[in-house]
Amino acid sequence: MLNMFLKSSQTPSNMHRIKWLPFLLLSLIFLNSCDNANHSSAQTDYSKQYPAKEGGTLINAMTGEPSGLIAMTAGESAASAIADNIFNSLLKYDKNLDLAGELAESWDISDDKKTITFHLKPNLKWADNQPLTSEDVLFTWKLVTDDNTRTPYGADYKLVIRAETPDANTFKITYAAPYAPALETWASLHILPKHLLKDQDINTTAFARNPVGSHYYKLEKWKNGQYLSLVRNPNSTQGQAYIEKLTSRIIPDKAAQFLELSADNIDIMGLDSIQYSRVLPARPELNKNIALYKELGNSYVYLGFNLKRQPFNDVRVRQAINYAINKQEIIEGVLLGLGEPVASPYKPGTRWSNPALSPYPYNPDKAKALLKEAGFSDTNGDGILDKDGKPLSFEILTNQNKEREMTAVLMQRRLKDIGIDVKIRILEWASFLGRFIEPREFDAVVLGWSLGLDPDQYNIWHSSQQGPKQFNFVGYNNPKVDALLEAGRLELDPDKRMKIYHEFSKILLEDSPIVYLSAGYGLNAIHKRVQGISNPAPPAGIGHNTHEWYIPSQYARNELSEY
Amino acid sequence: MLKYIIKRFLWMIPMLIGISLISFFIMQLAPGDITTTEANFNPKASEESRQKLRAMYNLDKPIIVQYGLWLKRMATLDFGNSFASHQRPVFWQSKDKDGNVTLGMIQEALPITLLINVLSLALIIMIALPLGVISALKQNQFADRAITVFVFIGFAIPGFWLALMLMYWTGVQHQWLPISGLQSMGSEHLSWFSQTIDFIRHLILPVFISAITGLAGISLFTRNGMLEVLHQDYITTARSKGLSENRVVYGHALRNALLPLITLLGLSIPGLIGGSVIAESIFAINGMGKLFYDAVLMRDFPVIMGILTIGAFLTLIGNLLADVAYAWADPRVRRGVMQ
Repeated sequence: MLNMFLKSSQTPSNMHRIKWLPFLLLSLIFLNSCDNANHSSAQTDYSKQYPAKEGGTLINAMTGEPSGLIAMTAGESAASAIADNIFNSLLKYDKNLDLAGELAESWDISDDKKTITFHLKPNLKWADNQPLTSEDVLFTWKLVTDDNTRTPYGADYKLVIRAETPDANTFKITYAAPYAPALETWASLHILPKHLLKDQDINTTAFARNPVGSHYYKLEKWKNGQYLSLVRNPNSTQGQAYIEKLTSRIIPDKAAQFLELSADNIDIMGLDSIQYSRVLPARPELNKNIALYKELGNSYVYLGFNLKRQPFNDVRVRQAINYAINKQEIIEGVLLGLGEPVASPYKPGTRWSNPALSPYPYNPDKAKALLKEAGFSDTNGDGILDKDGKPLSFEILTNQNKEREMTAVLMQRRLKDIGIDVKIRILEWASFLGRFIEPREFDAVVLGWSLGLDPDQYNIWHSSQQGPKQFNFVGYNNPKVDALLEAGRLELDPDKRMKIYHEFSKILLEDSPIVYLSAGYGLNAIHKRVQGISNPAPPAGIGHNTHEWYIPSQYARNELSEY
Repeated sequence: MLKYIIKRFLWMIPMLIGISLISFFIMQLAPGDITTTEANFNPKASEESRQKLRAMYNLDKPIIVQYGLWLKRMATLDFGNSFASHQRPVFWQSKDKDGNVTLGMIQEALPITLLINVLSLALIIMIALPLGVISALKQNQFADRAITVFVFIGFAIPGFWLALMLMYWTGVQHQWLPISGLQSMGSEHLSWFSQTIDFIRHLILPVFISAITGLAGISLFTRNGMLEVLHQDYITTARSKGLSENRVVYGHALRNALLPLITLLGLSIPGLIGGSVIAESIFAINGMGKLFYDAVLMRDFPVIMGILTIGAFLTLIGNLLADVAYAWADPRVRRGVMQ
């Protein structure tokens, strides 16, 4: 090969021809920067407010690609993030996280609380112009409860013993017993079109990659591994959104996403706390174009004890550990201040969160006193408390997650202060679940739970939920809490329900089966060309009104030009 | 020769079965399965539905039975469907009864990985061969030392760091090159020519990054091969015949020094289908590395097995090709095979 090259370069006439060609190509490839430069927004002033106007494209970045857009079989968050723009549910959560109608105009609950009747809005249509009726809702319910549907989410819907469609606008379901979380389940089930899916196998259908929905947007193009783009659905059941086109680019690496944001190739991305509080503020040229938003996060991090093991079966030890951990320090150190302490498993500021509760303050003296009361003292003078000759020592397990690792380290230090020896072990997620959580082979774990929209926490705290793969893996057993959780499931009146869960949170906090550590904020960077964003964010988060966001045409991104 | 090749091909079958059996068992050693990872510890996913899923995927059967089922499907070249990706075919496209074509996962990830790897291999050879030759000719002089230091820096530098730095420099600061992905947003409206240029621009950084780490191996290999050959008697003979230094170096020495490189290239064939997870994540390229990594994290057994099997097959083919090419290039080896 080299020989050939040497030979050909010996003939001078060829040489000239060859010489300029690579340069021409290179110049084409590199020097189009002048085209790109005109959308580099250094000159544009994005501070002007314009009235809302239709049009424009919003480009966001996501780390994972959906496997399909049928949420019930796809399961991952990337799928629902896209599918939520395409499909409607019967109900939705409004900006204060209260239930509101989406496809349903209203709903009634029978006197025995077992039957719910949904009245659909009139004249609903699918994106392909076919009518959307209660038949579609019934069909979706049948799908999600069908044994052949590969979904992990069927259980809630199987509680419905009868589903009927008295007419095209009415959908009526009956439960064997009153089931308060039912309404929440109808806010998360995307209604699918019967006319397109009735002869299909839901597990394999091409519809998952070519869906027809009823929400603001419809799928325009799905370029595997690169992007999905949605355009407005003219038949939307919810009115029209302003932004014409939503494009989601798949960029797995957060650092690469940040570079794309800096180069003005994407408009919106989720940030981590370092990018939010250190990197962006240090870049004045970026700050001109990019606005930062924070919202209440969807989950909290906790230290969970194995209550079946010594010494965590003693409430005084659990409370002592709770007093010994400085939550503010964790929020400052790990989340750079971008989080809140919580005292219940509900979003602060929503109705389910009990305003009378506050987290255990940092109080090492009280912690020591409690441990002494529980019979622990340092008899051999090694700095570690002991009882019956056994040192007070345990292991904290967590999965590979930088924030959780750092949280564990901070706790380790604070617990050492009061004489508890803590070791930390970091594990890969599937082994963590399979080898430690399921067989209950752990002392303590750092994990997260979501801050649920529905207050029902039966799966996590009821004493009956302690089977090998069930979620009460800490082994919590309190008859009072059991009774409250059962009552909460039967009570459909929001105010009465609220009282039940306020009481539940209070007992849970006192019992301290877990230590609430922190609830991090969701952090977003959004280009200033996007207007109409509510700030500060309501409890439902910054994205609750994306249909009202708009991009003034003055600020629209330039189209690509030919080379 | 033909008989030899056929014999080698037949030998591959038991080897592939052995490799796949071992892979299958090792894969199952990892705790958890798709039902643990997919529902992701979500309290809404009930244990009952999970048991149902396990039964549907045959995960409740003994491992050896699962392997038998897998082997039975493989006998008809059916790689199965992914657990995690909405039942997409693992290897090649399938068509449902309405004529909707669903592309296979490997089918989709393979071309881009192959393209990047072939380009970077070509780039490596184009740069590393001359560097190796220069090093050998200027042994222990400044040029040799400088080249060695340079290729080792390329080898040792963390690829993700270099990638991010170059992305920042060429993409954000100067906007010379795109940052990630394979095409610009909206480029589908451009002419065919502009789309091609756009695509090439997106390939520059990934190809460069994957080439820079590979320079050291080939250039040092060439250098050492050259050094060895340059001390042979026939080189002295060639010089004494009065041949020009160019003829001696390129006509006699290099050709012989390149022989072992054939083996090296044969062995790098399976590497061509394996992408780098880190590079693919950073450049947002939907390639084989990312596919495999995600499949392992999700315990998506059919995908893992599909990639491993294809990798094993290509490794065996690569070995065979290297041996055959060697025999073709070197008469001494050829005679050995024929006998």
